[in-house]
Amino acid sequence: MLKIKSYVKAESLQQAYELNQKKTAVILGGMVWLKMGNRRVSTAIDLSGLDLCGIQEDPEEFVIGCMTPLHDLEVHPGLLHYTGGAIKECLRHIVGVQFRNCATVGGSIWGRYGFSDVLTLFLAMDTWVELYKGGRIPLSEFVSMEKDRDILLRLIIRKKKTKICYLSQRNTKTDFPVLTCCASKAGENVRTVIGARPGKAMVLQDPEGILKGLCAMDPEKKKDAIHRYSVWTAQNVPVGSNMRGSEEYRTHLVQVLTRRAWTDIGGTVNENGFLA
Amino acid sequence: MKMDFWLNNVHREAEVQPDTLLLDLLRQMGCFSVKRGCETANCGLCTVLLDGRPVLSCSMLALRVQGKKVVTLEGMEKEAQEFGAFLAGEGAEQCGFCNPGFIMNVFAMLKELQDPDEEQIREYLAGNLCRCSGFVGQTRSILKYLRYKQDRKGEYRE
Repeated sequence: MLKIKSYVKAESLQQAYELNQKKTAVILGGMVWLKMGNRRVSTAIDLSGLDLCGIQEDPEEFVIGCMTPLHDLEVHPGLLHYTGGAIKECLRHIVGVQFRNCATVGGSIWGRYGFSDVLTLFLAMDTWVELYKGGRIPLSEFVSMEKDRDILLRLIIRKKKTKICYLSQRNTKTDFPVLTCCASKAGENVRTVIGARPGKAMVLQDPEGILKGLCAMDPEKKKDAIHRYSVWTAQNVPVGSNMRGSEEYRTHLVQVLTRRAWTDIGGTVNENGFLA
Repeated sequence: MKMDFWLNNVHREAEVQPDTLLLDLLRQMGCFSVKRGCETANCGLCTVLLDGRPVLSCSMLALRVQGKKVVTLEGMEKEAQEFGAFLAGEGAEQCGFCNPGFIMNVFAMLKELQDPDEEQIREYLAGNLCRCSGFVGQTRSILKYLRYKQDRKGEYRE
């Protein structure tokens, strides 16, 4: 059970930062995960009065406040358009609307949870995090940093002409994913992100250039390249077993989801399975 | 700690602990429609509207609703009765335990989505678990309720 000794609605970031230096203090996100643990918190710090909720969009980037609930992201027209619907596909399986009205994007990213659909998608884009003391750093760097006592303020998505596809496998609707997969292509920049391995999401590129020139390939070559790339991905993503799925099953899923995601991005088959 | 908020359109004051959950406060204040079903933020039984949005009161600190508006089923008696008749009419009700949270989320859905289709309904209500049924009766009752509402144009939307 979660026990909280004192609750402070922070009046400034400096105050929040100072309070958070104590190891037993915690910054509150949406509390849906925090509440599940057996934790004794000395000070629960609420950032909700610091204007950190909301999504700003300009021609260069999206700036998303850490307190923005997940549901706001999935219905944001700009994000929906930019991600080609991937943001909705990524979020809609997470429990329910009520849950996603509570859970914050800052909480999801800060936690760097293995099961995170959100982290998987954001890693597939040119995403940066803004930390109170640490400033702006790429999410791909942040994800492997040790957790410290800084505060995550915002997420920044730098816009690029990009195509994204998000897929996940679940044993049952609204459950944690068994595996998540997000593929993105910005020019010749290829990223495949695999999460819920069950470890936290990792980014793979295409060092062997298997997908180089994908869009210009004829259908048979495309199909072959995507097959070879998905085999390569499955060989290069370390996965493990837990109650939701075995290592073998996950390795299989990596290959299948990678193939499906890249087939979608490469536009190799239409809805009726027709090769084009 | 002292706090105040609006509960079902009535201004209320309360004395709570830093870790008091909204669900427990609401039940202390007599809103017994709000239930703790799963303890894991999954079942949707504790759904209330916070400033018009459906949230899980089991995962929300009471202190976080300071100055805000909370609506429970007790505050929507008339609407609930109206929709409840459709649920009963379709035989969707069995034990009824999940019903209050379900109805609150249905109202939230009708506010957020314009004329949702069956697929959208199922998706919006995926976070409301019913262990007696397969949601078929519920879906049917929502579709019938929507048609009834459309016939009486715009009453449920502001």
